[in-house]
This record gives sequence, structure tokens and C-alpha cells, in this order.
Amino acid sequence: MSALLEINNLRTILHTGKLPVRAIDGLALKLNRGETFALLGESGCGKSMTALSIMRLLPDAGEILSGSISLNGVDLLRLPESAMRQVRGKQISMIFQEPMLSLNPVMTIAEQLAEVLTQHFRLNKPAAQKRILQLLDQVGIPDAKRRMHEYAFQFSGGMKQRAMIAMALAGEPELLIADEPTTALDVTIQAQVLDLMREIQRQNHMAILLITHDLGVVSEMAQHVAVMYAGEIVEQSPRVHFFDHPAHPYAQQLFAALPDKKKRNQELAVISGTVPSLTQSFSGCRFSDRCHYAMPRCHDTVPQWRHISPAHKVRCHLYDPPSALIHVTRAPEVTPVPVMPVAQEQKPEPLLQVSGLKVHFPIHKGFFKRIVGQIKAVDGVSLHIAAGKTLALVGESGCGKTTVGKSILQLIQPTAGSVRYHQQELVGMERRRLRPLRSQLQFVFQDPYSSLNPRMRIIEILQEGMNALNAAPEFTAGTLAQTSAAPVFSHDTAVDALLQYVGLPKEAKWRYPHEFSGGQRQRIAIARALAVNPRLLICDEPTSALDVSVQAQILNLLKSLQSSLGLAYLFITHNISVVEYLADEIAVMYLGRIVEQGLTDEVISKPGHPYTQALLSAVPQIGKTSATDMIKLKGDIPSPASPPTGCHFHPRCPMAMPVCRQIYPEASTLSATHITHCHLYSQEHRSNHHEH
Amino acid sequence: MPFTPVILWTDALVFLLVFLMSAFIWYMRGNEHLLAPWRRVGHSASGMSALTVLVFFIIVGLLDTLHFRPALEQKNSHGETIYSVEVLSVLDLLLTPLRTNVEKTYSAPLATHLYAKETFSLPDGNQIRAFARLEYGGSHLADPDTEHRSDINLRIAKGIGLGLLLWIILHTLLCLNMARRTQQRFTRCVQSVWRRTTEIPWYAILITLGVILVAVGILSMLAGHYHVLGTDKVGQDVFYLSLKSIRVALIIGTLTTLIMLPFALLLGITAGYFRGWIDDVIQYTYTTLNSIPSVLLIAATILMMQVYIETHAEYFETIAERADVRLLCLCIILGITSWTSLCRLLRGETLKLREMEYIQAAHAFGVSHWRIISRHILPNVMHIVLIATVMDFSGLVLAEAVLSYVGVGVDPSMISFGTMINAARLEMAREPMVWWTLLSAFGFMFILVLSANLFADAVQKALDPRVKTRTPNSASAQENNPAPIPASASASSPANKSI
Repeated sequence: MSALLEINNLRTILHTGKLPVRAIDGLALKLNRGETFALLGESGCGKSMTALSIMRLLPDAGEILSGSISLNGVDLLRLPESAMRQVRGKQISMIFQEPMLSLNPVMTIAEQLAEVLTQHFRLNKPAAQKRILQLLDQVGIPDAKRRMHEYAFQFSGGMKQRAMIAMALAGEPELLIADEPTTALDVTIQAQVLDLMREIQRQNHMAILLITHDLGVVSEMAQHVAVMYAGEIVEQSPRVHFFDHPAHPYAQQLFAALPDKKKRNQELAVISGTVPSLTQSFSGCRFSDRCHYAMPRCHDTVPQWRHISPAHKVRCHLYDPPSALIHVTRAPEVTPVPVMPVAQEQKPEPLLQVSGLKVHFPIHKGFFKRIVGQIKAVDGVSLHIAAGKTLALVGESGCGKTTVGKSILQLIQPTAGSVRYHQQELVGMERRRLRPLRSQLQFVFQDPYSSLNPRMRIIEILQEGMNALNAAPEFTAGTLAQTSAAPVFSHDTAVDALLQYVGLPKEAKWRYPHEFSGGQRQRIAIARALAVNPRLLICDEPTSALDVSVQAQILNLLKSLQSSLGLAYLFITHNISVVEYLADEIAVMYLGRIVEQGLTDEVISKPGHPYTQALLSAVPQIGKTSATDMIKLKGDIPSPASPPTGCHFHPRCPMAMPVCRQIYPEASTLSATHITHCHLYSQEHRSNHHEH
Repeated sequence: MPFTPVILWTDALVFLLVFLMSAFIWYMRGNEHLLAPWRRVGHSASGMSALTVLVFFIIVGLLDTLHFRPALEQKNSHGETIYSVEVLSVLDLLLTPLRTNVEKTYSAPLATHLYAKETFSLPDGNQIRAFARLEYGGSHLADPDTEHRSDINLRIAKGIGLGLLLWIILHTLLCLNMARRTQQRFTRCVQSVWRRTTEIPWYAILITLGVILVAVGILSMLAGHYHVLGTDKVGQDVFYLSLKSIRVALIIGTLTTLIMLPFALLLGITAGYFRGWIDDVIQYTYTTLNSIPSVLLIAATILMMQVYIETHAEYFETIAERADVRLLCLCIILGITSWTSLCRLLRGETLKLREMEYIQAAHAFGVSHWRIISRHILPNVMHIVLIATVMDFSGLVLAEAVLSYVGVGVDPSMISFGTMINAARLEMAREPMVWWTLLSAFGFMFILVLSANLFADAVQKALDPRVKTRTPNSASAQENNPAPIPASASASSPANKSI
């Protein structure tokens, strides 16, 4: 069978700076019909540029220097633009990462689909309408007949991505390019979309070029995997081979950097450094500077393709014929540095105790801003964190996780409930009296790009908190004693010590945030929080904007800070594997309420609530082939403005019973530390509840 | 004393502004990190050229701000010196022949005769209609028909020579200074300037300076004997009028902005930052103010002011003082009516910024509201303020012209671009057309506003730490590696060692 898509020696450059950036440098791949080919790599490796080169939709600064891209034997690079327009959408379609930005907000979904249909097929209006309905049904949009005439803003994130897929399918393409199709989506929605893509691929016998950085997604979807690094493919293999024996050191280190339950008591392997600048010309292996196995040869000779097995090839000097021995007796990936388990006494009283926390946002309407309803973002959350421990708050976007974090810090005024820190009630405390306590509780934000003021230098950012609270990190005194004899304590030296602590050089303090990479910025954000010597850090998805290898660096840093400073963390995330690696306890949130709470091991291994079960099974996992045992959830999270009656989860629950529609379940104790709110388990407080 | 200094209200404000600027520069000199962004202004070729042009405008404006009353020759009965009621400025003194050489009426640029025919009575009693010779323009020529062109060419050549001479002197001084500072040979410095390898784009400044100096040379050679830009209806030299208008334009542009800025900044940021009822009050205020036609408001205020001035004539010693108070009033009223659009922009931007995570982080530190506004929000809206004020600058100069047309602008006795345009507008309809007054006002305003815009653009780029402004020649090494700090693995961080 001849390949559907064959790319040979593709070179694409970008004329952005003074020197051209070699975004793609000699890329070759082959994609067969009905096959899913995954292109894997960190950001900045040229994955998206590959997709845009195939579509010939490069930005103005981009230029394809050489190579060929043949689709069904026709070289796309030689086609005139008018012919290319027939190819796009008809033979190749593309779905993008951000479904919110890919749909036109002023056209209905049907109009946007009709646009594609009229471009490629001569359909009259009724026929087009019929086809649109068919397409939307195919991608599983409920009540498609009515919803096709709605606008993009009336669709939820998952529905938008479905509509995007429907649009991509409208031309009946032979090749679908999916550029990070699920990165912006929640796990349960991601599972739905991936499932849909598999289903459609089977029906239409279509090839998929999947571009992603998520090893889990690759493992579930792809037949073939290619690892991209710095503009070239460094390893190419069938999926099974790749996940059993990743050959290239980069791939191996990516695996080692993934957080996992098994790595709980050790440091994650990190890939030091960053992807090299693509403006230079490489004389050796591009990965040599970051590679653990780098040999002298790696720096001066470009590695050639080596076949490990007929279908598995790699570009690495380790597999050169003379040194084939190394392949067999491969050194263990990275020597795991064990982190000592924190030997702290269990304090009887928790550091932070939240009970019955409610945050309702009123919905105003009309001229006089009458309150017509409440968005119950947080609706009675209770949790407690002991000193030096980590509690993970897990849930999909929109369930109120971040609001919980912010209302604990009183950044958002809670509507009801109490937040007690060391037995001091924070809710309703005066601003002036709250200030001394602010140094005890700090926040690390999700997006390191918007959490640092671009017009302040690092030294000013770090000193802001110290000056405002007149506090300084305690540990600097110790560090100072070691580094210098000067006992003079000032905020200036504290900044140096802080930067050292988070692994940045002292000189960094004179720079502005934009001069740092994402990971470095997140370090600065952590240093800023540490500057006032907090006891509890609330981390709001601190790694979700970062690449896997950088995520490992940050997680290591958080873990070592916890063991050396005895910090407690409230870790807000949707990433289950991070939770498994880091957390002592888990609280699962759904629509403003905690549905399950317990020790990490208990919740992960024996999830009680159907939502937790579905959430865990939806996480794409390496080694798990197609999701056969996956619990598929229907639909999306309902709006917190009008939550369903009874158990909030019942419309999506596979095990819903009549009682679920009427009464919100009380807590059921599964073990001393493990509770869940579900009618499947005995309701101990039920009788109590009825007396009210 | 041959003169007595006069400080008008606007003069005092201009001096205050100059003083504040000097104090600001003095303060900056001590702080390297505050100075650094301003150094980067110097990297922009267009910005520095614009600054060179602006400096000339500002010099003219400042010279025109130093007012005095010259002493008269006769003394009063007590033997005290009497000072003229006419307030002059240093610029007037420098341009004395231009100021005093007043023709009868219109004459075209560089003309020797009036623009319109006049009726002469010949000695024999006959009357003829002919173009009369100008009293001053080209009066040194015996036979204008034959000598006129060659005389002008000669003077232009002389002017170019003078300009180039001045330019070469300045160029040499600059390079000598550079040589002294960098300990290099003089020729090396000249080379580095013209190979564009200096940090500050001296080549751009020198080219601009060259053009200006040649123009100045030509004008100075011609202006003594001709009306370079013609004369207006009452025979005043248009070139003189244009130079005098610069001060009014600069004052209306800067003082109005200064009056408007506190309103816009304070109210805009407060509304966006605090929201709630404060936002409602401020929004309603500016919506109300915006819905009143500003011309009506200005007209009402100016007319009230005019009545006040006329009923209290004793408060004002000279006509210039009266005109000046009216100008100040105009600035204030323009300032009060024009803050709304900037305020609206700032409110929107602040609404966006207050949700940024770094502001939330500052809240988490318990940083006071005032400090959050001054440290986090203000620097991040400064680019809007800068652009809006420069855009307003041109708008205000034009507004002055429009208001003068309606009759509520500056005092009719005050020379400004507005009064010039207003006087020229009727003559556009006449045949043959009198085009030079309008063209001069237009040309001067155009150069002023364009260079202000270009300079503001350069400043805005330099003040944004995210934008690189260095020229490609001087920053080849840095561009390859935007973040030279290695993302060191935490295996090497001290956090581990302390375990």
C-alpha cells in the first residue's frame, strides 16, 4: 500500500529575527491510510510548523526552502495556490488547539459548515442542511437540528471542539491534522473527543496526523510515533515499541520526567537546559548539550538514522554499530535521588481549617441591577490541611477550585462559611488585622506569564511582599550564615538567597520578567511567595502552562521546599498524575462541592464516587491501549447558576438512581480518612437530615 | 535699566514645567535603572531626528516666553524711567526687522511688489493702476525685474554656505568631544558616526541638523531683505507670525495636557480599580460631560471670562496680560472638557489589568490600594497615556484654530496658528488666491505635530521593557540568546543541599 502522505527532507525557515530560524530542518515521514501518526515533542520543536507547512498556511515570515510533501503522489509544494485551495478542507483538514478561537463568533455553526460544503461540493440548500445535520449527528452534538442554528458562544468547550471536528470532516478529507486537539479541554471532555476521533477514523478510514506533547494521548491514539526535537525527528517507531523501549535519550528522559505514583519518594528526572536556539547551524547532535549520555562524538558529528528493529529507527550515536553494546546494557535512566520522607510529627490541630465555605456571585440584570440569581461557584466546601502536608484539590475547569483558593486568601470575599488559620477566623477580618496573617498564606498562580508585572524588575517583584508585610524569609538567616559572614540582614541579601533557593543566579534580580522562560518565571513566582516566609502555599495549577520537562523541575522544587521548610500546600490541579506524585490527600470537587475526600492512595486505588471513577479512568495513561474500560461521561458540567436538583452529578452519572434526583447525598464514610457524597453508600446522616 | 521683565501667567507655568523637567532629569541621573530606558530612546533614529526638530521648536517657544517691557526714551516728571506698554519677548528682539517691517497689505513670498494693483496719481494728474513696490521687501534692488532672481539665488547660496559651515563646526565639535571621551582618534569617530556603529544614531541627528541649519541659513539670509513667506492682510510678515505662533501651540498642547492628565489618570484608574459605586459615579460624570457639546461649554466659559476681563480692565496693565489670561483660561477649559476620552480608555485598561494575576499576588501580600495603583497599574497604562496625550496635542492645536474661527479662541491680538488660519480662510476664496498664510501655518503645524508623534513613539517603545530597541549592529551577540540564564536543574539548587 502506498503512503497517503510522504514528506521528504522538508526545510522550513522563519524570517523573524536577524538570522533565519530553522523551524523544520530535514523532516521526513510517511503516513498510511487509516493510520494515526503522532508527532511528539516539547513546545518550540517545530511540530505546529510541520502542520502549517503541509497545509501551506505558514505565516508571512515563514518560507519552505526545500523538500517535498506528496499527498497521493501529488507534490503539494508544486501546486498553484488555486489548486491548493481545493486540497485544503477537501483532502486535508485541520483542527486547532483553541476551539474558542477557531470558530467565528458572528456566524452560526450551520453557516460555518455550509461555507465549507459550498466550497467543495455543489450542494443546494436543502441538501447542504441535511449534510450539516448528518455531520453534527456524527460528532455527537445532541439535538443537532436545533443547535446547528446557534452561535459558537452558546456551545461549551467540548461542543465547540466537536463542531470544529464536524467542520474538518465536512470535506470528507483523507488526512486530518489535529494540532493539540485536546490540550485546552478537561480530561473527561478530552476522553470524549479522543473517542470521537477514533470512531470517525474507523468509519471514514481517514489518516490522522496528531500533534501533541502529551505522552498519554499518544499512547491511546497513535499507531506510529515520531519524536521531534529542535526541528528534526529524532526517533520514529510503532507505538508498542516506543512505549516499551524508547531509544533516544530525549524520549527516555521525557518518560522519566513524568510524575507518577511510583516516583513519589524520589525526585523526578529533569532535562536540564532548554531547547537550543534554532538560528544556529548544528555540527553535532542537537540534544547533546542536555543529554546524560553525551559523548565527544555527539558534539561534532551529526548522528544518522539507525534501525533498532525494522520499523523502529533513531538518530543517536548510542546506536552506532561500534557501540551497539551500550544499547543492550543501557544505564538506568537517571539515578533517582531519593527524597527523605518528611519526618514530622503529626500535629493534632490542622494548620488550615475550612468549613462550609460558600462563594456565590450574584447575577445582576436590568437597569437597576436587580439580583436575579446566584452563581454558586463554591457551595459549602470543607477541608483541612495539616502543617507540612499537601492537599490536592482536583476537578474539571469551572468547578470552583480556583475560587476556593482565592477565597481562602480572602482575595474573593466568601459568602458564608469559615476559614480558620491556627484557630484564627479569617472570614470577615478587617483588612488591617488580616495583613500580618497574609505572610502566612501565599498563592502561586497558574500562568507565569501574567503573574509577574512586566514593568518591574525581579528585585522589585521579590521585595514587594517583604516591604508590604515587613517580613523576610526566615531561612535566609541560615543560608547567609553559610555563604557570608556578614550578619547584617537586609532585604537585598534576602533576594539573593531567595533566588539561590529556587535555583536562579543572583544576577537575575536586575532583569525584567520577559527575559526568562516559562519555567524560570514560575520559579520567580514561587520565590516571591516564599519571600514572606509562608506556612501554606496555595498553588493554582502551577505547572499546567509548562512543558513536561519543566514541570518536573517545578515539582522537584516544590517537593524539596516542602521537606526543607515544612510548607503545607493546597495544590489545585486537574492533572491526576501530578496529584499522585505530590499529594498526601485528595479532595475531588464537582460543581462547587467536594464529592470525595481521602488519602491519595485510597482515592486513587479505590475511588468511591462515580465522578472520581470516571475522572480517573478518563486520564490517558501510558501502556493503556484503547480505552475499553473507560467510563464515558455524557455531556458537560452544568452551569453553577442552576445546578441540577439532588446530586449535582446525576445527569451525567452512569449509576444514577431515582433518589439521586431528589436529595443531595450526605457524607458516607468509606474509611477513617476517606469520605464521599454518594447514594451508593450508606447515608449515615440521613435520618439526621430529615429531622431538619 | 533699559527694560523691566514681565512674567505672564503662562510664562510662570512654562518655567515651572521647565523646572520640574530639570528636577526630574537631575533625579534620574542618580539612578542607573531609571536612566536605562531613557537611554534606549536614544537608539531610535526616527525618534532622535524628531527630537532634534522639536528642540528647535522648543528653543523658539522658550525665547518667546522671556517677556519684558522696554524702556522708553522720555522720562516722567519724577525722572523715573517709563516702560513701554508693549510687552516684547526675546524672540521679538531677535526678529526685530521682521516685526517692524510692515507692508501695506498682501504680498507673495519673496515678492518685490504688492499682490494687488493700486491706483497711483502721476505728476501729470493722470491715474494708473499698477503693482506698487514694497516698502521693505526687495527695497535694496534698483531694478527688481532684472536683479530679483539673481539676488535671491545669491542669497540662497550664501545661506546654504552659512548653514553648512555651522553644520561642519557642530559636527567637528561633536566628534572632538566623542574622541575625548572614548580616547579614540578623531577620524575613527567620524568613521563610526557615518558607518552607523555609534550607540546613539548620530548620523540621523546630523542629517536632520544639517537640513535644519541649511534652512535656517537660507532664511536668515533672505529674511532681512524679503518677506520669505509673504505678508498678510495688514502687511505683517507671515514668517514672523509663524514663529510667534509656535509658543501658543506649545502652550496649548502642553498646559492643557497637564491640566487634563490628573483628571483622566485619577478618575480613570479609580473607576476601573475600585469599581462598584465609585465607577458608577465617575462613569455618569464623564458621560454627562461628554454629552454636552464641548464647543458650547468652551464658548460659554470664554465669553464669561471676556466679560470679566472687560469689566475689570484695571487688573491688567497691558494688552499682552489680558490676552495671556484668556489663553490660560482656554487651556483650563479645554483641559476640563477633554479628559473624558482618555479617562474612558484608562478605565477599560484598568478593568483588564486589575484581574491580572500579579495584581492578585499583590493583594495576597496585603499591598495597599494606593501602592498597587502606583506601582502596578500606572506603569502599565503609561503607554496609553503617552499615545493619547500626543494624539491630543495635535487635536488641541487644531481645536484652538477651530475655536478662533468661532470667535472663542485666543485673544484676536494674540498671534497663533488659529488666528492665522482664521484670517486666511476668506482669502482662499479670492482670485488670485492668497495661499501662503494657510500653507505656512499648515507646514509649521505639520512639522511640529509629526515630530512630536515620532518622538512619542520612540519613547513609548523604549519605556516598554519587552521591546528591544538596540540597532542590529550593536546587539548582534545578544539576540541569539534571549535568556542566557540556564534553567538549572533543581538537582543543583541549594534547596537540596540543605536537606
